[in-house]
Amino acid sequence: MRRTWWIYLIAVLGLVAVAAPFVWMLLGSFKTQGELLQVPPTWLPQAPTSQNYDDLFNKANFPRYFFNSTVVALAVTAGNLAFCSMIGYALAKLRFKGRNALFVLVLATLMVPGMVTFVPLFVFVTNAGLANSYPGLILPFLVSPFGVFLMRQFFSGLPDDLMDAGRVDGTSELGIFARIMLPLTRPALATLGILTFLGSWNNFLWPLVIAQTEDKYTLPVALALYSTGQNAQNYGLLMAGAVVVVVPVLVMFLVFQRHVTKGIAITGLK
Amino acid sequence: MRSLRRETAAAWILVLPFVVLFLAFTAGPVLGSFGMSFTDIKQRDLRTPFAVEGVGLDNYVKALSDETFRKAAFNTAYFVVVGVPLTLAVALAAAVLLDRGIKRFQALFKVGYYLPVVTSIVAIAVIWRFVLAPDAGLLNTVLGWFGIDGPNWLASKTWAMPSLIAMAVWRNFGSAMIIFLAGLQGIPATVEEAGQIDGAGPWQRFRYLIVPLLRPTILFTSVTTGIGYLQFFEEPLVMTQGGPLNSTLSVSMYTYQQFGFGNYGLATSMAYILFVVIAVITFIQFRLLREK
Repeated sequence: MRRTWWIYLIAVLGLVAVAAPFVWMLLGSFKTQGELLQVPPTWLPQAPTSQNYDDLFNKANFPRYFFNSTVVALAVTAGNLAFCSMIGYALAKLRFKGRNALFVLVLATLMVPGMVTFVPLFVFVTNAGLANSYPGLILPFLVSPFGVFLMRQFFSGLPDDLMDAGRVDGTSELGIFARIMLPLTRPALATLGILTFLGSWNNFLWPLVIAQTEDKYTLPVALALYSTGQNAQNYGLLMAGAVVVVVPVLVMFLVFQRHVTKGIAITGLK
Repeated sequence: MRSLRRETAAAWILVLPFVVLFLAFTAGPVLGSFGMSFTDIKQRDLRTPFAVEGVGLDNYVKALSDETFRKAAFNTAYFVVVGVPLTLAVALAAAVLLDRGIKRFQALFKVGYYLPVVTSIVAIAVIWRFVLAPDAGLLNTVLGWFGIDGPNWLASKTWAMPSLIAMAVWRNFGSAMIIFLAGLQGIPATVEEAGQIDGAGPWQRFRYLIVPLLRPTILFTSVTTGIGYLQFFEEPLVMTQGGPLNSTLSVSMYTYQQFGFGNYGLATSMAYILFVVIAVITFIQFRLLREK
């Protein structure tokens, strides 16, 4: 095929358009403030410096924010994996009253805009004394309608014979779920786990209103407040901060991307 | 042996944790907000949310007759009407390019195009403020090479919204692209081969064979993208705060501002108006989806 070269040219140009800002940010985080303000701007740092990262980790309290983000994201991910797989299995494989009504209710909430629940959730969490606490950051996200939907789809695809085999062997109903069926959904769990972790890591609005003191900030909150506060003009610090937020999830995404894209394609959901 | 009673008991054990959390943090707040939207609850009533007065439909009347709310509704419509088709067009083009044109490094391009989807909006804002900066910005520097003097994008009443739309397309097209890729892989190669034999060129094959066969996928992505874009919020929050002069203020953004002012009753009524609009539009789209 002689005409493939220009197809690759378009693809590469597209990739440049998508990736150029990322690359610029990464390179910019190693530049001095003076070079960042230079007109015309430079691509490669003329005098690469790690000063921005030093400031970030020594002057700003980024290790703390990093810790908070990690704790919250891990807890939220664990909760979703446990609770969504449990109810997903029940909805797909077990007979009980109200099963269909429950599933319809869960699906309906996929459509409710975040803004609808935002205010009462804030009032509720504040009244429960959970403002500015880890439970306040974590509890509202421990389950997700998307997770239920995803897990139910996967469990539906598994044969019932496996359950009956377990029953014949005298395994309890919960044992059939935990020891026979759950291990078979590893690809679904991987997809859900990665997407949930990414979502929690990047979550911004809720932590912004719930984390009121600096020791409870997550990375996006800290970065947003840095980019509007007195540090707003310190571009190098901002770029280094953005790199610290982005790079861990990018690495994670690159490692697990096959599961994510497969899972998204299967469920047809964002 | 299959005992229905044991099965039901197990089911409730498995369902219970979810139901408790779901009622407390999703279903409860949905109902709560509905109640709140008929009250004059303010921030100062936070500790006594059940002692507030009902005001009937006052909040809804106030919201719908508010000049700024209408402006926000117009801006949201502008964003959706321009942003959704653009996002889908870019996503479809990228998907066709990757599926039909690229044999090598396909995974690399796919991951590359998807990266903005998994990136924090705050980090994206840091990047894009540099792209859109007036003088030393990436965009105006590139335009300068062609002798074009670019505007101060985010400070311009005319250009702020198109800038945010461009940013949203850049940020979101990857997720629709993945779904289009799945759809394209479901179209057998024989369909296109038949078109080729009949003498159809690449554009004709795309227009008359691929697009009609992708119709369910296109409608699906327009539903999900539409629901997302109707809630247009994060871009103005981190880039413009709704300015300049409310030119990028969306309904969600205005709702959030009213929340910030402590007008909880008014804020929830606005959120509910948005919810009704989303539900109606989604319903219409699903009707279209089913008919074809």
